Amino acid sequence: MHPFAYEAPTTIDAAVALLDKHGDRARPIAGGTDVLVQARANRWDLDAIVDVKNIPELTEISHYPDGSVAIGAAVPCYQIYEDQKIRDNFPGIIDAVEMIGGIQIQSRAALGGNLCNSSPSADGICPLIAYNAVCHIAGPGGDDNHRDVAVEDFCTGPGSNVLARGEILVSVVLPNPGDNFGAAYERFIPRNEMDIAVAGAGVSVKLNAAGDKFEAARVALAAVAPVPLVVPAAEAALVGNSVSDDVIEAAAKAAGDAASPIADMRGTIDQRKHLSAVLTRRMINQAVARARG
Amino acid sequence: MTTQITPGPSRVHVRTTINGQAHEFLVPPYMSLLDTLREIVGLTGTKEGCLDGNCGACTVSLDGRIVDSCLVLGAEINGKSVETVEGMATANGLHPLQQAFLEEAALQCGICTPGFLVAAKGLLDNEPAPDEHRIRHWLAGNLCRCTGYDKIVRAVQKASAEMA
Ligand SMILES: Cc1cc2nc3c(=O)[nH]c(=O)nc-3n(C[C@H](O)[C@H](O)[C@H](O)COP(=O)(O)OP(=O)(O)OC[C@H]3O[C@@H](n4cnc5c(N)ncnc54)[C@H](O)[C@@H]3O)c2cc1C
Ligand code: FES
Ligand code: FES
Repeated sequence: MHPFAYEAPTTIDAAVALLDKHGDRARPIAGGTDVLVQARANRWDLDAIVDVKNIPELTEISHYPDGSVAIGAAVPCYQIYEDQKIRDNFPGIIDAVEMIGGIQIQSRAALGGNLCNSSPSADGICPLIAYNAVCHIAGPGGDDNHRDVAVEDFCTGPGSNVLARGEILVSVVLPNPGDNFGAAYERFIPRNEMDIAVAGAGVSVKLNAAGDKFEAARVALAAVAPVPLVVPAAEAALVGNSVSDDVIEAAAKAAGDAASPIADMRGTIDQRKHLSAVLTRRMINQAVARARG
Repeated sequence: MTTQITPGPSRVHVRTTINGQAHEFLVPPYMSLLDTLREIVGLTGTKEGCLDGNCGACTVSLDGRIVDSCLVLGAEINGKSVETVEGMATANGLHPLQQAFLEEAALQCGICTPGFLVAAKGLLDNEPAPDEHRIRHWLAGNLCRCTGYDKIVRAVQKASAEMA
């Protein structure tokens, strides 16, 4: 790797000051499973790497009395899937953090790192969108410069996002999903493990008390657009309708239609559009099953 | 034990425990943990394969969790504890996993073996009796181009039975 300095600030303000000072010539490191691969491939020309794992707010999982949870941006996958409350209340997040990489990667890779790397094929972003998660961002200028951005508005292109000079992701906050809610994420890969999604779907549904009607829905697709793709047409196909195979099929078709993938070595355009529909249908069914408990 | 290297202005001072022994050294801030172990600490048991997190040949245990040392900076281990393949055998002999790998012929060229051993130890330390599916899932981050994995899985099962 080319020479860069290593900084390990212990406060948000110190990290922000370092990143603001260096601009494009510094990058945060959480688990390093993207940034060190990229540094080695000379994607960045860096003066400094800023380790954010010594900052308490970024390394904690906080469950609040209102049922929401804040997951620090540097919390690694294993800490998320070993958290019983997240397993119980946010199983769609568990779907993703248990499939990222292998065990070695999960020891280090953070959900926040997955989001900030902003890959269209990231497995962690669609389920966050399904849970209506919000990014808590800190920037230069002290307490006045905290802002919240919905995860669905965070990514702006492959590898790019709304973070401005000096800004860091502090945590993602997932609101209490409430009753009769279910969410799920699945991807297609040709192997059993250790691969990048050819396509993925993160879905959530909120049902009525009887569990036979959709009151709200989120549908987000991975690896079929320059950013994780929210599909309002698929959501609209569900909301207000009863839970039936026809309704679910209409939403799945809308997802397949909305997908605008590229062809590459992992898959063709047709395959990815087909997968988008199939995965969406399966994840709606899975979300319904979870909503019904 | 202190490993002596020439100090330089940009180096990071690291105090760490490696295989139960205290170490203190200076490391270039951009040096991987893999290179730090091999070139600064002098422990060459940990192997380099892909350098991008896919092969697991560089697996070490960091504060009790297995990681790819090619994707960790040496500077990051300050205050932490690292275990490598060199820490597995004791004065009484090989670790049961090492013995089982020999008996089951779970290696040919051997480049992947230290990574598999450290990874498998990480599993058995926490789950003494994993089933075959669990073993295969746990070892999915370790690649072997020689053995076809069956012998490796059998060796882990054998060690698990022996340690019970
Ligand atoms: C072998 C292997 C397998 C993988 N498998 C998968 C997979 O199955 N699915 C998948 O989605 N990904 C996978 N990945 C990619 C990667 O592991 C994930 O994207 C991971 O979640 C990244 O998290 P990290 O903490 O390691 O990020 P880092 O590498 O530390 O950071 C990622 C990016 O975000 C920036 N960043 C980090 N923290 C912050 C912050 N707090 N504020 C602002 N910017 C920040 C960094 O500068 C960098 O640009 C794999 C990678 C490898 C090497
Ligand atoms: S050399 Fe580290 S994973 Fe291959
Ligand atoms: S024994 Fe040769 S790669 Fe595994």
